[in-house]
Amino acid sequence: MNDKFEPKILGILCNWCSYAGADLAGTSRLRYPANIRIVKVMCSGRVEPTLILKAFQEGADGVLISGCHPGDCHYVDGNIKTLRRTPLVARLLTQIGIEPERFKQVWVSASEGERFGKIVEQMVEDIKKVGPYQKKMGDQLDVVMDEVAASAKEAAAAAEEKGGLNCGS
Amino acid sequence: MAPKLQLAIYWAAACGGCDVAILDTDEKILDIAEAADIVLWPIAMDFKYEDIYKMEPGSIDVCLFNGAIRTSEQEEIAKALRARSKFMIAFGACAAWGGIPGLANLTNREEIFNTVYQETATTINEEDIRPDTNYPGPEGELHLPRIYDRVWSLDQVVNVDYYVPGCPPTPETIWTAILAIVTGNLPPKGTTIAGIKSLCDTCEREKTEKKITQFKRPFEIIADPKKCLLEQGLICCGPVTRDGCGHRCTNNNMPCRGCYGPSEKVSDQGAKLLNAIASIMDVKDEKSAQELAATWEDPAGTVYRFSLAKSLIYDYKKGGE
Repeated sequence: MNDKFEPKILGILCNWCSYAGADLAGTSRLRYPANIRIVKVMCSGRVEPTLILKAFQEGADGVLISGCHPGDCHYVDGNIKTLRRTPLVARLLTQIGIEPERFKQVWVSASEGERFGKIVEQMVEDIKKVGPYQKKMGDQLDVVMDEVAASAKEAAAAAEEKGGLNCGS
Repeated sequence: MAPKLQLAIYWAAACGGCDVAILDTDEKILDIAEAADIVLWPIAMDFKYEDIYKMEPGSIDVCLFNGAIRTSEQEEIAKALRARSKFMIAFGACAAWGGIPGLANLTNREEIFNTVYQETATTINEEDIRPDTNYPGPEGELHLPRIYDRVWSLDQVVNVDYYVPGCPPTPETIWTAILAIVTGNLPPKGTTIAGIKSLCDTCEREKTEKKITQFKRPFEIIADPKKCLLEQGLICCGPVTRDGCGHRCTNNNMPCRGCYGPSEKVSDQGAKLLNAIASIMDVKDEKSAQELAATWEDPAGTVYRFSLAKSLIYDYKKGGE
């Protein structure tokens, strides 16, 4: 089943560098995995942790945030805010059970289309190793287990009626 | 005289502090007794579960439900009380957002059982006996409640009409809520009965430009009682926490722990607080950001101390059953 698993990655890219970088990857006709869905924001500094959690809540398997290289920010220090946030977000996500492979924050400039493609490629590969994000499934385990137990019981009862488990049809 | 209010008080995964807080209304408890008949209060009076099932739907006017849901018994009683209550009130931080028990969601049932029944230094359990839902006792098979893999807030299991926040709710908050019910002067459904602004908004400490160079824990320093606690490196949940507690902690020189839950405009208390803290970290490059972040002992446990079960990634209705 894991061979068929195609992770859904939400890419949140800044308008000035990274989105242009991703655009360059497109206009240069580079091939990179189609697993990423890109949302453009004005600055990576405005991506607050709530949005990242929301992405996971809505079913993303990974989140990629990308901004201008430090020093290149269109708003002078927007990406400084990003770099302050990243280590805290990474630790929070690990603590609440989201594997480190699922969250990545990188810097991509407008000329680094090729690099952007490679980053996405690598991320898809890493996430394929950890599998789909199954928080919900894990939490519904109680329900699933009950269902399995109930259907097993039902099958046993039905078999009993027919005269034992190995009676054939 | 108008008929008396039929009041039920129940506890689930809770410490009993909320029940004590009701008694803490001092002489007003007599006014409560005057206005209401207590039809269920397991911590204070003798009741059996059959008594609940004998009640007619709608026969309870108000149910103050404290505690989170983490066993099948608690879920069953919550549903039984919901069916019989006109107003279901999530009373206290545990019922509202999972509270301290909600931190169990950082791990799972298996790991908790391993720790409790095997790994602690004082535990000797050679046969590896674990809680079971069926036990063949001499008097016949006994059935025990099942512990869930995670902790749920009350509103993830049943519909909730109002929230009374706090760990525990202060007597003033409780009295405001009871007064609103008794007088019928009720806010719209889903309202949290406390302040609207954040704690910082009404905090009187002196605030200047904030810069954190090192994270400190309350036992490490004696804080300046006049200055903002965040500026002193202590992690105060004031920026994202609902006002209405009367600043009990900050008045006693302790940082806010966030027990009044997220303020009106905040959806995820922990993520929002994490963001606020990150924005005042005094670093300019990745390496020092990593180093400073590493000095914060337990980010998830601090920012989600009372609201982990209602964090975005855990917040959905309990299905099935």
